[in-house]
Amino acid sequence: MLKVEEQQPVAFSSTLLASFDEIVMRYPVGKQKSALLPLLHLVQAEFGWTSVPAMDKVAEYLAIEPIEVYEVASFYSMYFLQPKGKYVLEVCRTGPCCLVGAEKIMSHIEGKLGVKEGEVTEDGLFSWRGVECLAACGYAPVLQIGPEYTFYENLTEQSVDELIDNLRKK
Amino acid sequence: MSRKLLLEHINVPGINTLEVYRQKGGYRAVEKAIKTLTPDEVVEEVKKSGLRGRGGAGFPTGMKWSFLAKPEGVARYLVCNADESEPGTFKDRYLMTYIPHALIEGMIVSSFALGANTSYIYVRGEMMPQIRILEKAIAEAKAAGFLGKNILGSGYDLELYVQPGGGAYICGEETALLESLEGKRGNPRIKPPFPAIAGLYGCPTVVNNVESIAAVVPIINDGGDEYAKIGVGRSTGTKLISASGNLVKPGVYEIELGLPVEEFIYSDEYCGGIANGKRLKATVAGGSSVPILPANLTLKYANGEPRLMSYESLAEGGFATGTMLGSGGFIAFDEDQCIVRNTWNFSRFYHHESCGQCSPCREGTGWLEKVLHRLEYGHGKMSDIDLLVDVSRKIEGNTICPLGDAAAWPVASAVRHFRDEFEWHVKEPVKCLSSNYGLANYAVPIEKQAVAEEK
Ligand SMILES: Cc1cc2nc3c(=O)[nH]c(=O)nc-3n(C[C@H](O)[C@H](O)[C@H](O)COP(=O)(O)O)c2cc1C
Ligand code: SF4
Ligand code: FES
Repeated sequence: MLKVEEQQPVAFSSTLLASFDEIVMRYPVGKQKSALLPLLHLVQAEFGWTSVPAMDKVAEYLAIEPIEVYEVASFYSMYFLQPKGKYVLEVCRTGPCCLVGAEKIMSHIEGKLGVKEGEVTEDGLFSWRGVECLAACGYAPVLQIGPEYTFYENLTEQSVDELIDNLRKK
Repeated sequence: MSRKLLLEHINVPGINTLEVYRQKGGYRAVEKAIKTLTPDEVVEEVKKSGLRGRGGAGFPTGMKWSFLAKPEGVARYLVCNADESEPGTFKDRYLMTYIPHALIEGMIVSSFALGANTSYIYVRGEMMPQIRILEKAIAEAKAAGFLGKNILGSGYDLELYVQPGGGAYICGEETALLESLEGKRGNPRIKPPFPAIAGLYGCPTVVNNVESIAAVVPIINDGGDEYAKIGVGRSTGTKLISASGNLVKPGVYEIELGLPVEEFIYSDEYCGGIANGKRLKATVAGGSSVPILPANLTLKYANGEPRLMSYESLAEGGFATGTMLGSGGFIAFDEDQCIVRNTWNFSRFYHHESCGQCSPCREGTGWLEKVLHRLEYGHGKMSDIDLLVDVSRKIEGNTICPLGDAAAWPVASAVRHFRDEFEWHVKEPVKCLSSNYGLANYAVPIEKQAVAEEK
């Protein structure tokens, strides 16, 4: 497993802060806490996960308590509280996808990457995990890769191999 | 071919752009509503249409709108529910991907009807590509004068924003959605007060599904009476059905409500039958939360009459022999699928997605998952089957939000209709690991059991 400094120091760039400012404008005065989920997505897209120092900074920016950020980040499934691979393959594991082979795809990915669900490959490139229904059940099996959440549909073992090989070459 | 109101132009190249969307008659409803109708008249048309909420509960949209409180000087909000996370449902994503302006146009007309000057579309966070698509469509609409200040010179102002979720099925429940939109954990609120009185930021709020809001466009264009002519009985209009599982052509279909289920499954216009020449074993007709039905009861009522795709017809027979239209997530299981395994999978889903506020849901879903897991893996006892029924009864009706019921119903119905398959898992603990029960006898005991269950 990859070792990463758990307490990565974070600095928010002026571009990031500018997009924060733009998002906060969407809500009535005094309701800036509404920006919390969108802001955490931006943070994760920038740093790869939502670390405690990053969450503290978000709290400071929104003028709310750090615990208000932690409790939200831990409630929702999309925020990573631990470092992950550069590419996180998230495979749908819910009923309809399993009817057409999602479980086989997951064990294939596990074998191909050589790491268990949630772990990071030695080179820091990949993690994978099962997630719940991605609203693409008609094109199953499916997986998504953040931070843009690109979709890959009608997966086969071959298409998964190609996908991983292509990402490795990038 | 049946009438298409939402997907008529889905295959037109460039229909995702404002320009092409307008060439195909887009934004007529905005012009008509804002220039020629009062907000109350728009509400009246929606009432006349008989449109029922497409998010799952099927509550009449016009009636919901008329409940909205209108205290002087207090902001009102329209929030679109684009959280779409019900297993088996993928129609909203489809609509937003290919015809984003249908939703934007519907949002403008609906916001005007409700007197909202700020509206939000809450999209599940995983749909980042759709969020980008909607933001682009909003920018186009704004540049064309359909959004922003003084829309079409009417003096009506509207700002429309897209809000991403964080990945949580429970945020599809409307009060959890509002909590989430306020930047909190998605814990459903205790009702009353209903959102129509105290919703977003404590202000009067309407929450509607993507498809419900998109349907407002043809309703305003053609008139509520015209819309109400489509469909059957109190199931008016067209409905998007997400078809998945072992079908020849899974995908999103727009049907006129009242289409025979058999035609939907087997005709080439729709799903084209069961994939790989297999036979149909069971269906979940309206998303994972509705009761599962064996093939025979999917196609026909217990009395042999054909079942239709409508709110009433799918519910015919109650929980004993019927199901629900729900969100229109139609999942087909072929003869090789294991009902125990699927039921376990769904229970795992609900356990994972329970927000944890109420003990019956938090603990009960965990029990269901655990017991189903041991049945599936050959460690179950006969008494486990009744235990499942018992636990699901204890969840049902005893929770803050309907997720508890949604977790209980699939289990109770699976045991009701496929008890012999559960028993086989107990009797054949080794065989069940490598083979499936198949189709045998699956449909025979239904009537007898149904009577016993009712008491
Ligand atoms: C657990 C749960 C999940 C739900 N998920 C959704 C959803 O993803 N999309 C949706 O539109 N409605 C969902 N609903 C229904 C909403 O609470 C609400 O009834 C609906 O958004 C109202 O819109 P409509 O009247 O237009 O259907 C869900 C309800 C529950 C209890
Ligand atoms: S029923 Fe379940 S999901 Fe709904 S509020 Fe209670 S614990 Fe949360
Ligand atoms: S079950 Fe996999 S996308 Fe819906």
